[in-house]
Amino acid sequence: MVRAVAVKQAESQAGAALDVEEVSHHFNIDGKTLPVLDRVTLNARPGEFVALLGPSGCGKSTLLRLVAGLEPPRSGRLLEDGRAITGLNPSRVVVFQDPTLFPWRTVWKNVALGLEAQGIIKSERHRVDAALELVGLKSFANAYPHQLSGGMAQRVSLARALVNDPDILILDEPLGKLDSLTRLSMQTEIVSLWQRQGFTTLLVTHDIEEALFLAQRVIVFSDRPAKMKADIAVDRAYPRHRGDPYLADLRHEILGLLGLDETW
Amino acid sequence: MSTYSVSSALDLAREGPRSSRIIKLGRVLRVRLVGVVASLSWLAFGMSCHWRADIGDWSRTNEVATAAFVISGLILVVALAAFWSQRAADVVQRRAPWLVLLGIVLAVWEAVTAKLGWLPLPFFPSPQAIVEVYTDDFPKLLDSVWASVKLQLGGYAIGAAVGFITGVSIGWSRAVGYWVHPLLRFIGPLPATAWLPIAFFAFPSSWSASTFLIALATGFPVTVLTWSGVASVSNAYYDVARTLGAKPSFLVFKVAIPAALPHVFVGLFMGLGASFAVLVVAEMMGVKAGLGWYLQWAQGWAAYANMYAALLVMSLLCSGAITALFRVRDRLLIWQKGVVKW
Ligand SMILES: Nc1ncnc2c1ncn2[C@@H]1O[C@H](COP(=O)(O)OP(=O)(O)OP(=O)(O)O)[C@@H](O)[C@H]1O
Ligand SMILES: [Mg+2]
Repeated sequence: MVRAVAVKQAESQAGAALDVEEVSHHFNIDGKTLPVLDRVTLNARPGEFVALLGPSGCGKSTLLRLVAGLEPPRSGRLLEDGRAITGLNPSRVVVFQDPTLFPWRTVWKNVALGLEAQGIIKSERHRVDAALELVGLKSFANAYPHQLSGGMAQRVSLARALVNDPDILILDEPLGKLDSLTRLSMQTEIVSLWQRQGFTTLLVTHDIEEALFLAQRVIVFSDRPAKMKADIAVDRAYPRHRGDPYLADLRHEILGLLGLDETW
Repeated sequence: MSTYSVSSALDLAREGPRSSRIIKLGRVLRVRLVGVVASLSWLAFGMSCHWRADIGDWSRTNEVATAAFVISGLILVVALAAFWSQRAADVVQRRAPWLVLLGIVLAVWEAVTAKLGWLPLPFFPSPQAIVEVYTDDFPKLLDSVWASVKLQLGGYAIGAAVGFITGVSIGWSRAVGYWVHPLLRFIGPLPATAWLPIAFFAFPSSWSASTFLIALATGFPVTVLTWSGVASVSNAYYDVARTLGAKPSFLVFKVAIPAALPHVFVGLFMGLGASFAVLVVAEMMGVKAGLGWYLQWAQGWAAYANMYAALLVMSLLCSGAITALFRVRDRLLIWQKGVVKW
């Protein structure tokens, strides 16, 4: 499925460094404060692939929103290449948990969204075509979102992010809605995209195997409010093998951290 | 129809291809037959015009009869063509039942008004009396149509544009919402016709007063629905656009407005209905032109044929306007599934 099409031009430098320093966050619901992040510190080197694991509702998506710059943290600092993240910037692109395609736009126009918003679509149309080709949906360029399957919609939303040539790619369970076969091939595809383009990747997932197959580091969060429980280096070269006993051992360790190792 | 095809499918399964071919032939023959019956019913209408002398003094009886014969002949040609051409067969299948009914109704109408006089006369004019209006009072009717269309289009366009802009503004900006929302709640639900006395007094001409009233009737539903459409756009869309580098103007024009468009069209339809009512009342009360005024004028002279003729034109115009709006909507909202057909 992977095609040798570069979305990015040849001058592509490696991704940006990301530093999350002592970040805490809470929400107010019904006048009560709901602490969500508790002094989270996390550093990613340029071009590193970091996976975040944690129980549902612990605050992973919230952390990603802070990294994207959609909201400011209540305390702590977030830095991209040493510069404070104070707002949104197309160099950090999010693939949200839901595909949230714009139903009134065709697939092509959905993917073109970022270039259009930045006013450079006229000269960069080929990037849209390349991104669609990359996710294998070139023949659906003129379809509307209601004509797509869930997995196809998710791939369109991945293409919509990639077309912006991000330094930091933020993935919030991008494969959560896919069937297990598409999921496996998409995982391989994400690895090769990442290797080719060199962006720093932050991936939230519920799937431990997915995290171990993709990431160089896996960070495990506690229940809400999310605290860092462990920072596990996955010291294996790519391409990895799903049956690798080393990965199986790590999987066991992480299940233990999440309190689920009785089922092992 | 559906039970019929189900039972024919069962027959087909039970008795094999031979009888199914007979059934199919039967159905085909029936379709053509209805076409021939439609032709006959219009023939009957034409003959009813010549049946006996008119009880009143109408000048177009012969022309009406001739037109009916011509239509009958045309229907017959198409019905016969349906034996060879599938396209003609489709047309016949779709239209013929209605044509049968129309021919019968017209023939009966002709008989009980012009020929037998069973219905009291000025109130129930005969078909040829109405045709006479179209042929003999054509210039005046055309003037009225033109006046109505001008007034309606102007008022509706202003109302829709102002309503749309207001709706987007209050949906988007809290400050605008703060000031406009109370006004809207206070004034909006008032029927536009309630302003009639003030409007005719306050505006320099009855034409501008009517335009204002029509715009008002259109503007309120368009404003409210545009506003609710913009307000109900999911934050997720804005988040996506903002992370991709969208500026506020992009968020308004490329996210909020397209997402709100289905609501806007509901408002436009409601506004259209409301504005028709205001148009007719305004023409009757103040503007001395247009179909509403024509209606009133005809009533003053007890010219009921003219009234029916004008009503028919009016319903065609209103229906045409709604059809046009549906076309525009279908074009713009092609991305929605299951749009209603008008
Ligand atoms: N805008 C908001 N306002 C109030 N509370 C919020 C808001 N967004 C998230 N929360 C709360 O913050 C907590 C963490 O939410 P978050 O979406 O970050 O979880 P998550 O780790 O991504 O969960 P999942 O894995 O199920 O997606 C939840 O308890 C949620 O109720
Ligand atoms: Mg989440």
